[in-house]
Amino acid sequence: MALPKSHNYDPKHVFDIMVIGSGIAGMAASLFSVNRKLSTVQAGSVGGTLFASGLFDLMAIHPVEEKRVWADPWEAIAALRKQGSLHPYARISDDAIQSAFEEIASFLSSAGMAYRFEKNRNLPVITSMGTIKHTYCVPESMWHGVEAYNEKAPCLIIDFNGLREFSGRQISSTLREEWPGLRAVRISFPDTEGLNEVHPVHLAQALELSAVRESLAARIQPEIREARYAGFPAVLGIKKTAAICAHLEKLLGIPVFEIPMMPASVPGFRLKEIFDSVLPPKGLLRLIDKRVESVARLDNGNFILNIGGPDQEQFIQARGVILATGRFMGKGLLSDRKGIYEPLFHLPLHQPESRISWHHERFLDPSGHPINSAGVEVDDSFRAVDGTGKTIYDNLFIAGSILAHQDWMRMKCGSGLAIATAYAAVNAFINNFMNKSDRITA
Amino acid sequence: MQTQVLIIGGGATGTALSRDLALRGVKSILVEKGDLNAGASGGNHGLLHSGGRYVSNDREAARECKLEGDIIKKLMPQCVENTGGLFVAVQGDDEAYIADFPSYCAPCGVPCERITPREARQLEPTLSDKVIAAYIVEDASIDPFKLSLLNMSQAISLGSRLMRRTKAIGFDIHNKKINRVRVRSKDTGEEFYIQADQVVNCAGAWANQVCGLAGIEIDILYSKGTLLVTNDRINHRIINRLRRPSDADILVPGGTVSIIGTTSIRVDSLDDIHPTIEETDLIVREGAAMVPALERTRYVRAYCGVRPLFRTSGSGHEADARAVSRGIAILDHSHEGVENLTTVTGGKLTTFRLMAERTAGMVCGKIGVSEPCRTRTEPLPAAEECQWTEPGLSPKKWMRSHTTDDIMICECEMVTKTAMDETIASLKNNNEKPSLVDLCMRTRLGRGACQGAFCGTRALAYLYECGEEKTRHGLADIGNFFQERWKGIRSILWGDQLIQAELTESIHCGLFDEELYTPSEGEAD
Repeated sequence: MALPKSHNYDPKHVFDIMVIGSGIAGMAASLFSVNRKLSTVQAGSVGGTLFASGLFDLMAIHPVEEKRVWADPWEAIAALRKQGSLHPYARISDDAIQSAFEEIASFLSSAGMAYRFEKNRNLPVITSMGTIKHTYCVPESMWHGVEAYNEKAPCLIIDFNGLREFSGRQISSTLREEWPGLRAVRISFPDTEGLNEVHPVHLAQALELSAVRESLAARIQPEIREARYAGFPAVLGIKKTAAICAHLEKLLGIPVFEIPMMPASVPGFRLKEIFDSVLPPKGLLRLIDKRVESVARLDNGNFILNIGGPDQEQFIQARGVILATGRFMGKGLLSDRKGIYEPLFHLPLHQPESRISWHHERFLDPSGHPINSAGVEVDDSFRAVDGTGKTIYDNLFIAGSILAHQDWMRMKCGSGLAIATAYAAVNAFINNFMNKSDRITA
Repeated sequence: MQTQVLIIGGGATGTALSRDLALRGVKSILVEKGDLNAGASGGNHGLLHSGGRYVSNDREAARECKLEGDIIKKLMPQCVENTGGLFVAVQGDDEAYIADFPSYCAPCGVPCERITPREARQLEPTLSDKVIAAYIVEDASIDPFKLSLLNMSQAISLGSRLMRRTKAIGFDIHNKKINRVRVRSKDTGEEFYIQADQVVNCAGAWANQVCGLAGIEIDILYSKGTLLVTNDRINHRIINRLRRPSDADILVPGGTVSIIGTTSIRVDSLDDIHPTIEETDLIVREGAAMVPALERTRYVRAYCGVRPLFRTSGSGHEADARAVSRGIAILDHSHEGVENLTTVTGGKLTTFRLMAERTAGMVCGKIGVSEPCRTRTEPLPAAEECQWTEPGLSPKKWMRSHTTDDIMICECEMVTKTAMDETIASLKNNNEKPSLVDLCMRTRLGRGACQGAFCGTRALAYLYECGEEKTRHGLADIGNFFQERWKGIRSILWGDQLIQAELTESIHCGLFDEELYTPSEGEAD
């Protein structure tokens, strides 16, 4: 790689870590870095976590083609390892995965978004499609939904006129056989009468006001009857969700819960708000909505990253990079008719031989499309390797869905993969790199 | 159940035959095993040929195209976008063919006018700078879905019936006549009989299966053609390659998109026909020789149809499907021992009306009806519920009449609640349970850039809210809907389309786990 021609960066300022990507993996990597006192800079588009549902999956389905659902995610992971899978989980210990989850959950909890999980159990969560999703770690605001489902308790699902992607009747009709006590009611959200379309984020903002909650509760109250729980689309506030849930529970007299729905979702928005507002005070330099355009490497091994477009070039020097740019949606991978590419470091990729075998003939084929397992291959320190298994750069670490040999969509391991590999990558940076070479700092 | 004429097959020909007969006062029942235009009638360019394509090798087809094209433009203008067309040659194309083209056109009555390459590029700026010759012709684009729906709609208004998802599975033949036809409902599995004086086989590529019910075999050659739809319309007129018919040499604009195709691949079986990745690559490469933008543009969909080509004796080398005539074949099976069975096959979309006219003439002769054909002179009426298939019409109508009570269900193609309601009502009028796949065919739901990820979800929520869906069947319904969409995108998933497909999969598998709820292979619908 050639050095950039322009030198308008400050060559004296060397960050420890540059995190590229702002999805769950990028955010987790930034958190773990700043928690370990590494000087950290992060770049990535602004909407990285907006497509997150708020649920943190760990591992639920394996083997995917058998649609086998595991009650205990650790047993599923153990089965993967036992079968010699190249899944990234095979390179991380259960303890490390567990610690990673705890560190994230504790951070989010201290930032006002509490999470609940049971150590050795996946949790059943009803979705707006009327399916039961098996996940590991749920926002507190969704917890009563897990209880209500387990008890099959009489439950009212409330939805709102104009909220196009959410139908309480769809959920109750789809689940009727296994949960007859589910009942739906559609009402107008306060002050939206006459509107065709209402948007989740607007409803969530409105619910931050106690007067709106009181008005909403008054509309729901006559519909409660036998119901012992009240389920809502996931719109119960943005910054004060816990207080909003508590207030609604007091007003309605029964526990309330949120049901995860289509992106861009309010829980994804909450995550973004927390990462945006809480990480910078912890020492993270966030280059918001900046893309890394190109990368060069100095003789001493440090990376020089060109941030932003040609109009406002900015150069950052870092001792190590964590690449968490995601797959195609995140533009961590690009594709054309002839193949798949990693555009920043031009990393070699594990991928099907040709486009002919990228996808199955059935979209919902449970075995998962071969292209889903394409990606960057790594060593045990999560450093990219080439086709022969040789580490490409000793200071380039890979985290999240860009990794090869996993199908997070079918295995239900997306957030777990993001969090655990970010954790492993940051620790590997510290153990394998920081401690073994002279630290060049400002 | 009893009728004068039982029509088997709901493509362009079957629906036009139903209309033609109805206008002569003859009642019919049309049974269709799948959906209207599910075969070649839906799987084509939507091109109303000037005839120019056939002047060198099939003069009769060329003449028929010219005459029928004029009739359709005049009597069915609501289905036609009169774009005009060009034939263009690029460097390396056969110079003799270029020079001889007018002399091929003249005896067929197909008008053509030579223009310079510079003039051609002024008309169509996306043309390659390697264009060396160009002619203007009278091509137009046509909406085959709207065409069949409108034909059927008029027939129904005159007392004929349509039974979709109903398959003919047996003939009771006595004294050289089909007394009754056994049919099976695909939804309920129920079997019943329809008595008819005459039976007409309009099953297109499936004509042989229907004839087989009477123990008759006809010599049909199957030619599969694949086409690609671009995200944006990149040409104003139809652009044909000025050479003997070959792969990917016609680019047809329609509404907000352009369609490039086709391939012509002989297939032996009609099962499991879908666009392949090899065909897609071939089309992109070949098409780019005429219009280089085709190499860079985003494609939203690929689809294919199987042309039924009727093989008369001595119709050319059998390995080359393009050498077989696109002419019309109407077969009276009397001399094979079944007096009231007629098969109509061959032909092409442009000549669909003529095929129906000739068939109706023969059938009417057999039942002693002497009413003349009226489809040659009477305009095709418009019917409200068919109009949502036209690309760009939904947005136009929405912009015009957007009021506070209309909700947008599909934002890519701007399909509104009103469009959904009208479509649901028309399906229910015909005693059919609306599915997402039906709504997708009859509106433009799910055909836009989002591939149905969002609008499919909204439409399903809407079906539950308005009480059309009441059980857990919705999960199977949306699975079928995605599978229908998937057939059309699987071969074009690179670049932006791959990103969109990953988004769809991340929502519907990654979040909603829908793959765990769809029937496994073999159990599927």
